[in-house]
Amino acid sequence: MSIVVGYVPTAEGAAALDRAITEAQRSQSRLVIINSSRGDALVDKRYVQAEDLTAVTERLEKEGVEHLVLQPVRGHDAANEVLDAAEKYGADLIVIGLRKRTPVGKLIMGSTAQQILLEASCPVLAVKAGG
Amino acid sequence: MDILSSLMDGFATALTPMNLLYALIGVLLGTAVGVLPGIGPAMTVALLLPVAMVLEPTSAFIMFAGIYYGGMYGGSTTSILLNTPGESSSVITAIEGNRMAKAGRAAQALATAAIGSFVAGTIGTALLVVFTPIVVDFAVSLGSPSYFAIMVLALLAVTAVLGASRLRGFASLGLGLAIGLVGIDSVTGQRRLTFGQPLLADGLDIVVIAVAIFAVGEALWVAAHLRRTPLQIIPVGRPWMGKQDWKRSWKPWLRGTAFGFPFGALPAGGAEIPTFLSYVTEKRLSKHPEEFGKGAIEGVAGPEAANNAAAAGTLTPMLALGLPTNATAAVMLAAFTQFGIQPGPLLFENEGPLVWALIASLFIGNTLLLLVNLPLAPVWAKLLRLPRPYLYAGILFFATLGAYSVNLQAFDLVILLVVGALGFMMRRFGLPVLPLILGVILGPRIEGQLRKTLQLSAGDVSGLWSEPIAVGVYIIVALVLVWPLLFKAWRRARPARVAVVGPVNGGPIADSSAARPTAESPTADSPTTAGPAARDGQVRDGQENADAPKATHANHGQEKS
Repeated sequence: MSIVVGYVPTAEGAAALDRAITEAQRSQSRLVIINSSRGDALVDKRYVQAEDLTAVTERLEKEGVEHLVLQPVRGHDAANEVLDAAEKYGADLIVIGLRKRTPVGKLIMGSTAQQILLEASCPVLAVKAGG
Repeated sequence: MDILSSLMDGFATALTPMNLLYALIGVLLGTAVGVLPGIGPAMTVALLLPVAMVLEPTSAFIMFAGIYYGGMYGGSTTSILLNTPGESSSVITAIEGNRMAKAGRAAQALATAAIGSFVAGTIGTALLVVFTPIVVDFAVSLGSPSYFAIMVLALLAVTAVLGASRLRGFASLGLGLAIGLVGIDSVTGQRRLTFGQPLLADGLDIVVIAVAIFAVGEALWVAAHLRRTPLQIIPVGRPWMGKQDWKRSWKPWLRGTAFGFPFGALPAGGAEIPTFLSYVTEKRLSKHPEEFGKGAIEGVAGPEAANNAAAAGTLTPMLALGLPTNATAAVMLAAFTQFGIQPGPLLFENEGPLVWALIASLFIGNTLLLLVNLPLAPVWAKLLRLPRPYLYAGILFFATLGAYSVNLQAFDLVILLVVGALGFMMRRFGLPVLPLILGVILGPRIEGQLRKTLQLSAGDVSGLWSEPIAVGVYIIVALVLVWPLLFKAWRRARPARVAVVGPVNGGPIADSSAARPTAESPTADSPTTAGPAARDGQVRDGQENADAPKATHANHGQEKS
């Protein structure tokens, strides 16, 4: 049993993580946290730095959730990294954060969430910020 | 009085709206490339060479000067906020600057860097105004033998003193001189290294070579090392300084200027050694030595002033003698040639208005830079979020377009690719780029002086040392070549003391030879990844800081263009 959560240090990401922790506690499953970057820019604020990462792991330990934090930098999109991890760890559930995006914004930037929703082979739980 | 009125004429030219606009463009571009690690003013000027051909020479050089100074400003922003030096000359800034930023004093660090750069740049430019005419007066009296000797010194000093390995330096110089030889010999009309290829008869275009080495070589190199763990920018508001910061900064600014200018003017000085010397001095003189390593403002103020003063210093030999001492100056010199302007001691006489407008634009550019950088430093840091594939794809596109547009010949694209691949291999095997580009640019001129000397002496070799100045210069050349051996012998004899005395009193030559053993290994790695990591570790180990930054400085000094 495991749950994969895509985490970015934003309000949506935090909401997804909160919900994923609750789900993991309820089903007594392992939590796999994915925080990835394509690694092609020198600075990526969606990539969690060491200090913040420690805060996350400390919290997970306090909550007593079996966890695994992965930060792949392989030049893949975040969606692919989450889907990869879901397959590799046999996920029963993927938790992601959703943010509001205009249709034009989605057309130009694409949507990580949409790709995960469409391509995942297990149930996907989409969480909004402030919910 | 004459100088002053010429300078005022220069201001009149530089302050026209059009030239002011070019200064602004140069300053903005320069800051941008300064902020981005891996892209330097030399590459930018090289890429803009073909574009600049359609401009007035004066406007083009005003823009180039803005890029050059801007690069020095921008480098400090990245150093402070990211702990990755944006430029080789701001490696030292990263040590204290990043500590300050981590301690929540990023605003003060950015402010002291920007204001210090302004102060040093302005004083440095003023010194340039005072000293260059003196050097010119002296240089006009030089004959071919002395001029030849000075150019030999410049080439050897850059090759032997800077960089991690002399062998690699000389290999690179040899490549550069060989590229410079291609074409028809001007005296006898013989074809050299043309391989029966008529398109090579005119020689290789300097613009194509510069674009290939700096832009294509660097882009390929970065493409080969694209993935790296992203870092985070330390958030910062508008830079400002408290009263205490001003009090602690102004002396390091002035001392940094005093270090920077002469070193910039020396053939092998560059901007890296004075920043290091300034750092060491500030550390010794500081009333707060305990703060060094934890974010002392003096450690940012001094080196930042030093690198800008060095930038001004570099222009002295370039304008007075036609002698470039770093990569950007070398490419700017190539630009002179492209415009059909003969660099050398007669530049002031023949192209007076242009030179004075250029110098005046340095004052203007410096002021613009302060205005652009002080409030906007955090905005510049946002450039670092740009995905690098887009950036380098753009650079390659411009490089290709530029190389083709020079002569509108497809053959130039072949040369671009071949020399670009050479640039990539040089970075791969740790060969410094600077000796090559100096070899290409100075090679034909040095040959011309040699020919002239030998013609004057009717083929007698002793004509080479027929002038007393030439003899003096050859003695310095000998010292430059022999010094590291002597230093090594001395160190073997007294190993314990040198460790303490060497880095502080050794001067540039001892300095880099001491750095050589440590710098050897990181050269082969990517400069951007190896640099900060290596330094971080060493500083944290509580090692004598004097040794740690030097290793990276030697590494960056030659890799970064």
